[in-house]
Amino acid sequence: MPSDVLKVEIQRGSLEASHTETFEVPAYDNQTVLDVVSWVQQNTDPTLSYRFACRVGMCGSCAMMVNGVPRWTCRTHISKVLDGNKVNIAPLRNLPVIKDLVVDMDPFFDKWVEAEGVHHGTLTRHDPIAAIDEESAARKTANAGIECINCSVCYAACDTVTGNEDYMGPAALQRAWTLLNDAKDEGRNAILDAVSGNGGCHNCHSMGSCTTYCPNELDPMSAIAGLKRETTKRFFGRGL
Amino acid sequence: MLDVRLYMAQRITALLMAPLVLGHIAVMIYAVQGGLSAAEILGRTQGSVLWFLFYGTFVVAVSIHGAIGVRTVLYEWGGIKGMLLSVISIALGLGLFVLGARAVWAVTFA
Repeated sequence: MPSDVLKVEIQRGSLEASHTETFEVPAYDNQTVLDVVSWVQQNTDPTLSYRFACRVGMCGSCAMMVNGVPRWTCRTHISKVLDGNKVNIAPLRNLPVIKDLVVDMDPFFDKWVEAEGVHHGTLTRHDPIAAIDEESAARKTANAGIECINCSVCYAACDTVTGNEDYMGPAALQRAWTLLNDAKDEGRNAILDAVSGNGGCHNCHSMGSCTTYCPNELDPMSAIAGLKRETTKRFFGRGL
Repeated sequence: MLDVRLYMAQRITALLMAPLVLGHIAVMIYAVQGGLSAAEILGRTQGSVLWFLFYGTFVVAVSIHGAIGVRTVLYEWGGIKGMLLSVISIALGLGLFVLGARAVWAVTFA
């Protein structure tokens, strides 16, 4: 540690009236960004609002902008992000701020549904469970994206989302792609229709911030490229 | 903003333009050998169906491709939306087409 006291800048208030407050937080070994935020809330200002649940990188609720970069705060060691003894913590980008570090995730989740990121089943409970070939190419493609935990880090990292409020964003489109490749899902046309509209996969500029910043090391950019390929195939299949 | 139809229109015109750009550059290099004159250019192009189709296709592709590209920039960077965005992009596409088509017509069949 460069210093025993950390200078922690935290964005407070709503989007319309936000300001930055600086807190002094004692430095400890093995201290995460979430530990720092929690220390402020527990010891200095109990009105500080933020979200977390599992603290071990499973729930996807504690993502924030740390020095301008979207991160899981629970899995980010403060020593990795300190600038001298300073760190800046702000709410996730591209989402409306409710208060302090808490954003409204509704637009993010609404777009999952808009992209048909829902199960399209045809079987009933009386049918046998569909057999899955774990070795098939489609299953491997689906498996590559299913570990997404909806933390919205990719959505916050995406500059196309910033410039295009209709764009569904990397997480929703990646879920559409995993379902398209899932033998248990029968929603192929519904998914391809959904991702071909105004906010769909064709708006992606392949800048790759989603893939760069995904804390689970997933690759939404390639998933979106897959959707572009499949919609293009269908476009030519239907004839010009 | 960019649906599958606009995306495909932009990609297909890009595919069309790739060989046309190479042909255009090759002819430029060939044409400037030993100096460039209006008479030489017109001698090549006037009455030529081939050059009319070559540059005619080029102009159509550029008008569509460019208008869709600028439309994206206007929306994402300029914040222009809805009807105004469509009117500007269509006007831009038509403007490019008229300028290009006039030039192609002038050097071939005018």
